[in-house]
Amino acid sequence: MSAPAPSMFSPAANAMIQQLGLKKGRANLEEFADTLQALATADRNLIAVTSDSRGSGKLAPFGKALPKQIVEVGIAEQNLVGITAGLAACGKKAFGVSPSCFLTARSLEQIKNDVCYSNVPAVLVGISSGVSYGALGSTHHSLHDLAVLRAINNVTILVPADNIETREAIRYAAKATRPVFVRFGKAAMFDVTPAGAVFEAGKAITIREGTDVAFIANGETVVHAVLAAAHLAAGGISARVLSLHTVKPLDTAAILAAGRECRAVITVEEHMVAGGVGEAVASTLLQAGLAPRFKMVGFPDEDTVTGAQADLFRHYGISMEGLSATATALLRRS
Amino acid sequence: MTDRDLVLKSFALRRRMLRLIYEAGAGHTGGGLSCLDILNILYNRVLKITPETVADPLRDRYVQSKGHCVEALYAVMSDRGYFPDADLDTVCHYRSYYVGHPTRKIRGMEMNTGALGHGLPICLGMALAAKMDGATTRVFTLLGDGELAEGSNWEAAMAAAHHKLDNLVAILDHNTLQITGHTRDVLSNEPLDEKWRAFGWEVRTVDGHDYAALTAALTTPPPAGKPLFILANTVKGKGVGFMENVGKWHHGVPSEAELAQALSELTAAEQKVREASV
Repeated sequence: MSAPAPSMFSPAANAMIQQLGLKKGRANLEEFADTLQALATADRNLIAVTSDSRGSGKLAPFGKALPKQIVEVGIAEQNLVGITAGLAACGKKAFGVSPSCFLTARSLEQIKNDVCYSNVPAVLVGISSGVSYGALGSTHHSLHDLAVLRAINNVTILVPADNIETREAIRYAAKATRPVFVRFGKAAMFDVTPAGAVFEAGKAITIREGTDVAFIANGETVVHAVLAAAHLAAGGISARVLSLHTVKPLDTAAILAAGRECRAVITVEEHMVAGGVGEAVASTLLQAGLAPRFKMVGFPDEDTVTGAQADLFRHYGISMEGLSATATALLRRS
Repeated sequence: MTDRDLVLKSFALRRRMLRLIYEAGAGHTGGGLSCLDILNILYNRVLKITPETVADPLRDRYVQSKGHCVEALYAVMSDRGYFPDADLDTVCHYRSYYVGHPTRKIRGMEMNTGALGHGLPICLGMALAAKMDGATTRVFTLLGDGELAEGSNWEAAMAAAHHKLDNLVAILDHNTLQITGHTRDVLSNEPLDEKWRAFGWEVRTVDGHDYAALTAALTTPPPAGKPLFILANTVKGKGVGFMENVGKWHHGVPSEAELAQALSELTAAEQKVREASV
C-alpha cells in the first residue's frame, strides 16, 4: 500500500498554470533518456554506464536498442565513475548515470580525481536529484551535490528546469570536451522556457522580466518561481525570473543585472542553502558591492522533514504561495 | 634488450630515483625500489608505447594506481625519453608539473592518480573502450598490497571478470609493508592468489625482481576472457641493504651520507653483475 501522491500545486497554483497556458511536459528524466538514445544512435562512441540504474534512469529502451553502447557495473558507484573516466580517456563519450545521492557522495573522490583533476570529457548524470525520492528518506536525497561539486575545479554543473533545458543540456554535454555534471528530477515538468530562448551553458535564461524582485531559481523549483511571479503581478509587484541552469560557470552578468535592477533578490533551489546556488549568488552580489534585499529559499541545515517531494517543497516554501509570501515580506520590510 | 641489459639498467634507475628523492626532499623510497624492476620491464620490454606514440589511440595504457611511487616512474620514463632528465630537477618545486603523484600534464602519463583504489576501475574503462573498438590494446595497472583494503578494487575485480577483460593486467607490488607496518598486522589480506582467482582472474605469482619470470608472466596471454593478476612478490627498499624491509623507508628521505652509501652499494652490485656475466 502506498499513500496517494500529494499534488505539487495548490488549486490556486493550478489555476495560474491554466491562466498562463503552461504546457505540461514529461519528466526531465524521460527527456534525458530519449535525448541520450537519439544521440547514441547517431554516434557509436557514445556510451552509457549504469550501476543497476538503467531502470531508474529510464535507459532500458537504450539498452535494448543499443546493447553494445551500455555498460553495466552493478551497484558500485565508485567503479561506475572510474570506468566512465577510463572510457572518456580513451575517446568514448561516456555518460555515467546513477541517482545523484549515490553518485555524488559514494564516488565523490572518483569525480574529483578521475574525472575533474584528470580532465577527461566524462559526463556524470545525477538522476532523481534533490528530494525527488521524497519519502524514501534522506539516504536518497541529494541536497549536497551542488555544494560539493562547486568546490571542485573543472566541472560544468547543469541543473535544467524543463524538458527543453534538459534536452539542450544533454546535447551540450555530449559535445563538451571537459567534465560535465547534470542533475534533474523525475516529476513531470511544465515547459517554462520562453519560445526562442537559446540554451547556452553559463548563460541564465530570463523567463520573465521584472524590477521589484528577482527570483533566481533552477531545476524543478523554477516553475514555482514563474507562478509566484505571475501571482505577484496581480498585486502590482513586478518579478523577474531567471533559470540559472548553469551553476558553474556562474552567469555573473545576469546575477549582477538582477541585483542592480531589482530591489530584492530571492534564490530558490532544491538543495541545502549551505553551499548552494543562493550562496553563489550572494557572494557574486556582495563582491560587486551590491546589497539588494536578499533571501535564500531552499533546504535548511536540519533533519529534513519527511514526506513526498511535494510535501517538502510546500514545507520549505517552494511553492507559488510560499515564494509570493517571501517576496512580499522582503519588499515590505523597512 | 636482454635480461642482463635491463638488470644493469635497473641500477642506474635506482640511483637516479634516489638522487631525485634526495634533491626533492620528499618521495616514496621503499615502494619505489620495490616496483622499479616491474616498471623497467614494462616500459622497456612489454608496453606498446613509445615517446613518439603517446597520442596513438591504439597504444597500450599504463596507469599507476599506487601513484605515490611516482619517483620510480619518473626515473624510468625519463630514461626512456618521455621527458628530459633535467625536468626531474624540478620535482616538487613551485609551479613544476612534476608533483608527488602522476599527472597527465606530463608527457606519457595517462591519468592523475594518487588516491588509492582508483587505478583499477579506470583501467576497466580503458580496457572496455579497447574491446569496443576491436583494438589489441592491453591495459596495465600497478597496485600496492596495502591499497587492496580500498573497496573500489574489489568492485573492479568483480566487474573485470564479468566483462571478460582479458586485455587487462593488474600487477600487485606485493612488498607486504605499508605506512603503519606489515600489511598482515594492519589489515590482513591473504590469501591474495585465492581471492583473485575466486573473483575470476588468471593469477600468476612471480618474484617481482626476476626479469625472466616477470617478462613471461606479463607477455604470455591469459586464457580467453580472463583478466590477468600478477602477484609480484617484492622487497620494499630492494637493492639498498639498509632500506630493505625497513618500514621507515616508506617515505623516508635519505640524508647525504645515506644517499652516498646507497649509491655506492648499488654501484658495487652493478659491478658484480658486470663481472659475473661477461
